[in-house]
Amino acid sequence: MNKTILDLWVGLFVIVGIAALLFLTLKVGSMNTVTNSDSYEVVARFENIGGLKTRAPVKSAGVVVGRVADVRFDNEVYEAAVTLRLDKRYAFPKDTSAAIMTSGLLGEQYIGLEAGGDSVKLKDKDRIMITQDAVVLESLIGKFLYGNAQEGAPK
Amino acid sequence: MLKESIARLGNRTLQGVGRIGFAVRFFVAIMLHSGTAFRRFGLTIREMYFSGVQSLVIILVSGLFVGMVLGLQGYETLQTYGSEDALGILVAMSLVRELGPVVAALLFASRAGSAITAEIGLMKATEQLSAMEMMAVDPIARVVAPRFWAGVISMPLLAALFSAMGIFGGYLVGVQLIGVDEGSFWSQMQSAVDFEQDILNGVIKSVVFGIAITTIALFEGYDAPPTAEGVSGATTRTVVTSSLTVLALDFVLTAFMFRGLS
Amino acid sequence: MQHDNLVEIEDVAFDYGARPVLKGINLTAKRGQVIAIMGSSGCGKTTLLRLIGGQIKPRQGTVRVAGESLGELNQAGLYRLRRKMGMLFQFGALFTDMTVFDNVAFQLREHSDLPEDAIRDMVLMKLHAVGLRGAAHLMPAELSGGMARRVALARAIALDPQLVMYDEPFAGLDPISLGITGNLIRRLTDTLGLTSILVTHDVHESLKIVDYVYFVSEGVIVAEGTADDIRASDLPYVHQFVHGEAEGPVTFHYPAAPYVEDLRLGRQSA
Repeated sequence: MNKTILDLWVGLFVIVGIAALLFLTLKVGSMNTVTNSDSYEVVARFENIGGLKTRAPVKSAGVVVGRVADVRFDNEVYEAAVTLRLDKRYAFPKDTSAAIMTSGLLGEQYIGLEAGGDSVKLKDKDRIMITQDAVVLESLIGKFLYGNAQEGAPK
Repeated sequence: MLKESIARLGNRTLQGVGRIGFAVRFFVAIMLHSGTAFRRFGLTIREMYFSGVQSLVIILVSGLFVGMVLGLQGYETLQTYGSEDALGILVAMSLVRELGPVVAALLFASRAGSAITAEIGLMKATEQLSAMEMMAVDPIARVVAPRFWAGVISMPLLAALFSAMGIFGGYLVGVQLIGVDEGSFWSQMQSAVDFEQDILNGVIKSVVFGIAITTIALFEGYDAPPTAEGVSGATTRTVVTSSLTVLALDFVLTAFMFRGLS
Repeated sequence: MQHDNLVEIEDVAFDYGARPVLKGINLTAKRGQVIAIMGSSGCGKTTLLRLIGGQIKPRQGTVRVAGESLGELNQAGLYRLRRKMGMLFQFGALFTDMTVFDNVAFQLREHSDLPEDAIRDMVLMKLHAVGLRGAAHLMPAELSGGMARRVALARAIALDPQLVMYDEPFAGLDPISLGITGNLIRRLTDTLGLTSILVTHDVHESLKIVDYVYFVSEGVIVAEGTADDIRASDLPYVHQFVHGEAEGPVTFHYPAAPYVEDLRLGRQSA
């Protein structure tokens, strides 16, 4: 086979292959992964996190602003300590509240942040004081069955 | 009787270990003689044509169909829970993390791996490798190393193409045919698939598979008895051994990479 | 010329595992000569060539080529020395993925930085010497056995070696190709100042062209001499070999237990 044609084919193959990699990186995945350098971490405590996992998205007003970096059980207060890694571009007031939400009825769980009105912003290693636990479907149904579904929302 | 079969088992084991030892030495020799493969990159490019470009058709077609099947089956399962919107996640995650690297590697092993073994085995059987040695050219540097690097470079590109094609197939069936919402298909996928965790790990997997397959294929060819029977046996062994190795490695790598998630 | 003898083999022994192949061989090849090593199939002739090429090392004794002892050379030294050698393999061993031209150009491209123009001229010269300049663009699969052998010869002399070895150059050739190949070996040896060592069992063709013959049997040299000496020899082995007789010191049967015993004739059958 002619060497030029061969080179051409291989060149084409490499270009298409790299294009596929780029497609996967940009279109399929989200390149805007929050890395350590341009992020800060805050901790939120929950009594019940439901099915929340590390790397679950942290959203505010529906926009992904960070990810769950770590989920631990705090043996002193018997609560779950969730570390959120937030993008430095987004600063939140100190009295921001965090809630564990579910996308759809059975979808994945994420953390929703609702900004407060404080003029002081959250800093690295700060703690979010106001939290709202995950809705546990079983207890919700249980409460509904016992007739007090109106107060079903925990806390 | 029992004594004999135990002795046979022992003999088999020793032979197997011995072969692994040879394979490792062979791998080290490839590493040490890789200079030529990069200094004269034309040699490697030529081999990329044979292992990479010629595997394109089978990789692209299989990727498309695997993605289409994923779209169909995934939709059937997801709709029972009313979460068809997550179809994009399902298709992309399974392809990028597992099916892309693994299925592409299995196809690569049977398409390119067997060809490499047969070629090297025949070159040995027809004394071409000896002739090269007599011409003061090291066959490991001139013949083996370029094929090794061509395979290692081609494998991740082929796996990426497989995944991309599969996602396109899933999109065709899910969005165009069944009618899942296009916006949520892509956006759910984007928010769930992570660059480092999913895509990068998939690429790392495919590079490891590429190293494993080409090493096995080249070793089997180089080690093949110089007869028609020997070469055909070696070709079969390449496909079997490298497929099993890919699956075993996949389990090990997955355990290391995604253990934190469960 | 510093040494009169290009190849000197002294008391060389070699074995494959437990099977001894060569037991104390002495052999010399003078510059400019065509030497033939003859013997029946499987007597260790090819092993001898591989020893001269340095592909295997003798268990005992020394092999010297151009004054250098192969046993003492490292890989780099061996490769350096091999550039002075060419080898014609039994079935040519042409690279099947390259054209005839690229096959002959292979060593020039690997071992020199010559511009492509110069390589082209040199390759065409070598191909012309074997009469196949017109076949330069063909692939090895398109050649006949005799042509492939000649291309391999052109490839072997591409770097103008001092020594060319031929492993069974006459095997499987028709009478015409046989004659062509024989003449070619003689002519190239004379015109290029080579030394040729051929391993063969084709007595008649090789006796026409060689200067000196060694007969190998059972791992030792049983006879040696010029072509005329060999023709006139009355040693039973040489006589049997030259005249192709079925009966003689070399028997038709591979060593075995007595026939009667093997067939269990003298015994009571169960």
